[in-house]
Amino acid sequence: MNVINEKFRHRHAAHCESGVASSMLSHHGAPVSEAMAFGLSAAMAFAYLPFVKFAGFPLIAFRMPPKAILKGMVKPFKMRFHFETFRNPEKGMRRLDELLAEGHVVGIQTSAFWLPYFPEDMRFHFNAHNLIVYGKEGDDYLISDPVAEDPQRCAADALQRARFATGLMAPKGLLYYPESIGQSAVTDEAVRRSIRKTVRTMLGPIPIVGVRGIHMLANKVGKLDPKEKLSLNYVGHIVRMQEEIGTGGAGFRFLYAAFLQEAAEITGLPELRVLAERLNEIGDGWREFALKAVRMIKGREAFDPKQLAVMLHGQAEREKEFFQALKRAVV
Amino acid sequence: MDVNEVPQEGNRTMGGHRRVMYAKDKDGRMVIVPSRGGEVDETVTLQALDRIQEQTEEARQRVLAGQTSPLEYWMYAQRLDLPQLSQVTGYWQWRIRRHFNPQRFARLPEKILQNYAWVMGITADQLKKLP
Repeated sequence: MNVINEKFRHRHAAHCESGVASSMLSHHGAPVSEAMAFGLSAAMAFAYLPFVKFAGFPLIAFRMPPKAILKGMVKPFKMRFHFETFRNPEKGMRRLDELLAEGHVVGIQTSAFWLPYFPEDMRFHFNAHNLIVYGKEGDDYLISDPVAEDPQRCAADALQRARFATGLMAPKGLLYYPESIGQSAVTDEAVRRSIRKTVRTMLGPIPIVGVRGIHMLANKVGKLDPKEKLSLNYVGHIVRMQEEIGTGGAGFRFLYAAFLQEAAEITGLPELRVLAERLNEIGDGWREFALKAVRMIKGREAFDPKQLAVMLHGQAEREKEFFQALKRAVV
Repeated sequence: MDVNEVPQEGNRTMGGHRRVMYAKDKDGRMVIVPSRGGEVDETVTLQALDRIQEQTEEARQRVLAGQTSPLEYWMYAQRLDLPQLSQVTGYWQWRIRRHFNPQRFARLPEKILQNYAWVMGITADQLKKLP
């Protein structure tokens, strides 16, 4: 089978889901940047989930759970997504071929471990990866993976394996495409609503979410035993979640700053541009934390969990003041 | 972060790929900058990989000493741990722990071996011994 959607343009993005949302909507005539897709779906957050283990460590997320970004596109663009999952892998592959033949570009959810074009050292069992299939050449699918710089190819059997991986958040062959888009421009109202939602998340009352979640993580870090070998791995794990897992740097803080700059244009609120700069500085604070942690991991500095905890508490306080100011800016 | 502060020293775990970072250009706008990575992200990725490597090696020693089955070795070698193996196979953790017993493992029916092999992307014959 040979079919290529010629009009589709691959875009390189920081994060898979916001990248897919941006490429897919732009392809369908609603131009939206990755930062706008990310901000508009109110995807920035913080959560420390000690009861969900990820590689033996608590889940530390700097964003909302998977699918939040795609679902967050529905209201602002008055759109409908068509989602489909499959029990039978062969059926799931046939359906993908049908949709490609009809000229669709199709979003799919996969495991990162089974994608052959991923660098070997980056292949972990993570089931909520998103990418776009925009064509097929012989047995190879043509893939626009937002976290890859260039378009990729993937053989059918490998893609099937990735789409039907089992485990936590199993993709079950999920594929999706927009059925209709009722509105192509981002409105002032949608931007303000999304900002208010992010403020509510970050300043909310749940002790493991938002600013309170950062304090909680800081307390946990402060109690780490410097003599215990795995304590350093714990600290490294935080930095990995913050920097390595496609966040655009500083746990999505720089990406959200980019959103705030765009939001300033749309809403006509110059204050948002000032706040974007402030968030940029908070992002630098996260980078300093990462740098300090790595110096300790490398043994260039004595491992001092208390010092790291102080830095995290500081970040929490700065974010608290920031989101209070953001709340005042959009009322 | 400014555009010229985006790490470009290189990160060998990225296999030559570049990842997107957002940074401030000279006009103060946040823009996309492809990054080759740097020491910070490389260190924490290698740390996570080293830990898996360590667990794999310890499991290998235990297999050689007859204290565990090759299943445990392959679990770590394929970047899984007990909770994850339980999630991908659908077997309870205590049941998998029983399969770490070499005698019990030797008596496992082909169907269960096949399932373990499938989720790890290896053959059932590979699963039965160390590589």
